[in-house]
Amino acid sequence: MIRFVAVRLLRAMITIFAVVTFAFVVLRMSGDPAQVMLGPDVPQEAVDAFRRSWGLDQPLWIQYLAYLRSIFTGDFGVSMRDKASALDLVLQRVPATLQLTLPALLLKLAFGIPAGVYAALHRQSFADRGVILLAVLGFTIPSFVMGLVLVLIFAVILGVLPSGGQDTWVHGILPTITMSIGGIGILARFSRSAMIEVMGQPYIRTASAKGLKWRDVVWNHALPNAAVPIVTIVGFMVGSLIAGAVVVESIFSWPGIGRLLIVSVSNRDLAVVQCILLIIAAAMVVSNLVVDLLYGWLDPRLRSNAAH
Amino acid sequence: MATINLSETSRTPGWYATFITRLRRNLPFTVALGILWLTAMVVVAVFADQIRPYNITAMDLSSRLSHPGALKHLLGTDELGRDVLSRLLQSVRVSLIIAFGATILSAVFGTALGFAAAQFRGAVEHLVLVLADFQAALPFLIMSLAVLAFFGSSMVLLVCLMGFYGWERYARIARGLAISASSQGYAASVVQLGATPARVYFHHILPNVASTLIVSMTLTFPEIILMESGLSFLGLGVQPPETSLGNMVGFGREYLTRAPWIMLAPSVVIMLTTLSISIVGDWLRDKLDPTLS
Repeated sequence: MIRFVAVRLLRAMITIFAVVTFAFVVLRMSGDPAQVMLGPDVPQEAVDAFRRSWGLDQPLWIQYLAYLRSIFTGDFGVSMRDKASALDLVLQRVPATLQLTLPALLLKLAFGIPAGVYAALHRQSFADRGVILLAVLGFTIPSFVMGLVLVLIFAVILGVLPSGGQDTWVHGILPTITMSIGGIGILARFSRSAMIEVMGQPYIRTASAKGLKWRDVVWNHALPNAAVPIVTIVGFMVGSLIAGAVVVESIFSWPGIGRLLIVSVSNRDLAVVQCILLIIAAAMVVSNLVVDLLYGWLDPRLRSNAAH
Repeated sequence: MATINLSETSRTPGWYATFITRLRRNLPFTVALGILWLTAMVVVAVFADQIRPYNITAMDLSSRLSHPGALKHLLGTDELGRDVLSRLLQSVRVSLIIAFGATILSAVFGTALGFAAAQFRGAVEHLVLVLADFQAALPFLIMSLAVLAFFGSSMVLLVCLMGFYGWERYARIARGLAISASSQGYAASVVQLGATPARVYFHHILPNVASTLIVSMTLTFPEIILMESGLSFLGLGVQPPETSLGNMVGFGREYLTRAPWIMLAPSVVIMLTTLSISIVGDWLRDKLDPTLS
């Protein structure tokens, strides 16, 4: 068990390190922030001074080592635009994003899993077909189309809900629905196929043959065994709580991480972009790690297999 | 359907009728619709230049934001009086080219890495698996957003970038299948006969695992279409004056209240295309690969 956890931890750290390095190299290679920050008509001395003050005149590997050193001391750099700490700028935006993604996640869990399980237990029924149809639509409608169609219906035609902004909780309704519909479909589809597979297993027949109540068979024998694939997809959804709202935030002018990322990317604000990428990757890696550890807890067979 | 002489219909059906009955038995209705739609999209993509009524940048300033349904502009016009139908046809072409190019790139790249991992094992295999983990943990949309904004968008860069999407799935599948194939008799016997590794992999193992890989391609293809249209929607993918489906939705969004058809037309095409690919892909998976669930 210790070996299992240690291998997973090491892999998680390597992954974060790779993301940090990749982001650093790609962002530094791709052009000079001085040009964008200062504009085209600035004298060469000003450009040189700007580059010197941000350390951009150093060779790439020296910049990289300095960057790694500062990350390990908790210093994520300073925004070139606002001169404020990049980490503070990013953390300020996290609550706004979570205001959308957390309720959306709850909606996904509350509707997706029960719908999938119900469909699996009532195969070929009307409800089953409905769930499959919804799931396929959830897969295939891009969030920006869904968002714009919802705006068109509820804000433009009916005029009952606001189309953008973050003033009251009412403003959060459309973005939250936009984000959850696709996830409900995906989760329903995964839960359905996991349950169908489990319900076909011999131990389910044994359990009902020995006279257990149907409810006990489903709750105690089927659901725990169907949990592994469901946990995988839920883990992915938790991991993308921070990153998952970029498009939706942009549609509904919601001042979260996604908006900050798009603005910083177009300003070439290196420190802020790197900080966002690091936080997003860390969230994803940590939730993958938790899912891996949960596997070991849910399915003891994986503990011995997964270590090598 | 004017006059049909029943006496002329022969008792033994002709090849056409047999074909139709066989098709009906083997092809569910929705799958047939999906294939029909996809064929239409491919035809549109190939012949976009010949089909489209106007040039995509031709402006008809006297009929700006005109409603769809008129004979002159079947799907209406946008804010500059450009014909929405013509732009839609061109967008289908651009989006499909990107998605096809990227899917093939990622399939070839991923499969090659997966085979390499299966062939060399040891350090190479570990490296491929770590890279696959890295790719899976990478927030792909975010990363490509940063790359495109910093490098400036171009068609080639877009295809290459999208080509990185999903390679890790092919790598994992190809590695697993190749490892299990090499323990089967046929691969071992060609090795015994003195075949080079390249010959074993490309002439013997690849044909045996191709169906599974094709099924994975039907899974990544719609995701790449959605990814590209999402990036173009945010203004970072395909750049004007060129147009793509996501790009049209993005610009149509400005005129949501006055001219919703600019945005609805490409949205419907995106939905129907991704829907058709998933339906046809599911059906292919049942036909080709009974082991996948």
